[in-house]
Amino acid sequence: MPKITYIEHDGAVHTVEAEIDSTVMETALRNGISSIVAECGGGCTCATCLVHVDEAWSAIVGPPSAQEEDMLDGAFEVKPTSRLSCQIRVTEKLDGLIVRTPAYQGR
Amino acid sequence: MSETIKTDVLIIGAGPVGLFAVFELGLLDIKAHLVDILDKVGGQCAELYPEKPIYDIPGIPLVTGQGLTDALMQQIKPFNPTLHLGEMVTTIKNVGDPLFHVGTTGGKTFETKAVVIAAGGGSFQPKRPPIAGIEPYEAKSVFYAVRKIDDFRGKRLLVVGGGDSALDWTLNLQPVAKRLTLLHRRDEFRGAPDSVNKMRALVAEGKMDLKTGQISALEGDDGKLSAVTVKSNDGTTARVELDAMLPFFGLTMKLGPVADWNIKLEDDLIPVDTGTFESNVPGIFAIGDINTYPGKLKLILSGFHEAALMAQKAHHYVHPEKRLVFQYTTSSTSLQKKLGVA
Repeated sequence: MPKITYIEHDGAVHTVEAEIDSTVMETALRNGISSIVAECGGGCTCATCLVHVDEAWSAIVGPPSAQEEDMLDGAFEVKPTSRLSCQIRVTEKLDGLIVRTPAYQGR
Repeated sequence: MSETIKTDVLIIGAGPVGLFAVFELGLLDIKAHLVDILDKVGGQCAELYPEKPIYDIPGIPLVTGQGLTDALMQQIKPFNPTLHLGEMVTTIKNVGDPLFHVGTTGGKTFETKAVVIAAGGGSFQPKRPPIAGIEPYEAKSVFYAVRKIDDFRGKRLLVVGGGDSALDWTLNLQPVAKRLTLLHRRDEFRGAPDSVNKMRALVAEGKMDLKTGQISALEGDDGKLSAVTVKSNDGTTARVELDAMLPFFGLTMKLGPVADWNIKLEDDLIPVDTGTFESNVPGIFAIGDINTYPGKLKLILSGFHEAALMAQKAHHYVHPEKRLVFQYTTSSTSLQKKLGVA
């Protein structure tokens, strides 16, 4: 299974296994990474599962869809590599992915 | 003071479970009023996933959040509940045995024999931007809603956001403001195209300013904002002088005033008796995602079950003189009359 590393704003590092076809958001929740809120449960409607994708991984993960880009307007401290983790689907090529989580998801 | 509205039951929250409670109460001849902070019914179903399919409503293999809301509105139509939308319940006072006085942000007062809290994850409230030191400015020069346009007359305003709220208030406040600046993190707007065009025309005519970037710092004194620092996407910063800031970043769920109602809470949820779905306060019930009990699952179907049992106990308070006879809608002429089908 691919491994994903979450680095939280306070420096806590979690490297966890992710199921293929799950999302980076679901993987975070399953592993108790509390800086991912995911209020809407993965509907791309709340912008509370923001992650900053590591620069080296940004091109592989790819850009947000138009709908996701709209929802990023409701997030804070958005960077060019920011994504909503519910919209990143886990594939083999994401093995080793590194994402950083923000201090605040809007609540 | 406004007139007191008398009702059998007041339901807080017009999500799927609050709506279905109207049905279960109605079958037992109990009249309900519904209060919801959103300006529409449906709660999370309508606000967070109106177009997303739900697959676990018994007997309905697939329905969208909006579809379920519409169907529930049709189902409760025979009971004609009164809706009070865009209002939040702020106070509940126990004045009888049981009898409650309930106050809302809309200035209304209800007198009700029972209260049903069906508030889901809490009330939808504006997201607060995580700018260091913003709290002292809130309600003084940082506003998440506009109550009176006149309060902003002659002021330098900064509206932040790119959706319909930000655009609508830009267009409504621009004529009264001394100068209005709209700040958004990118030069694309998800709001209605007509509003975007009107805003861009005002910018082209020099009647307002448009900036792209995000706020990084605030300046001011004693709750009075004087300027903000805007960080552009290219990393440069600029200072914008202003009298008031209006951030519109959408909504998030907060527990809200539930914590002030002297009801026992556990981890921001209301523990209930699973025979009646009553809280520790007789006459105050909690159904749906807001309650907790051993084995609780936050599913719409659980909330529907809870509504049915709640109604049985509420009947004791509303019609203490009447004996409750359990009946089926399939065979009871009395229930069918209430539903308008017999």
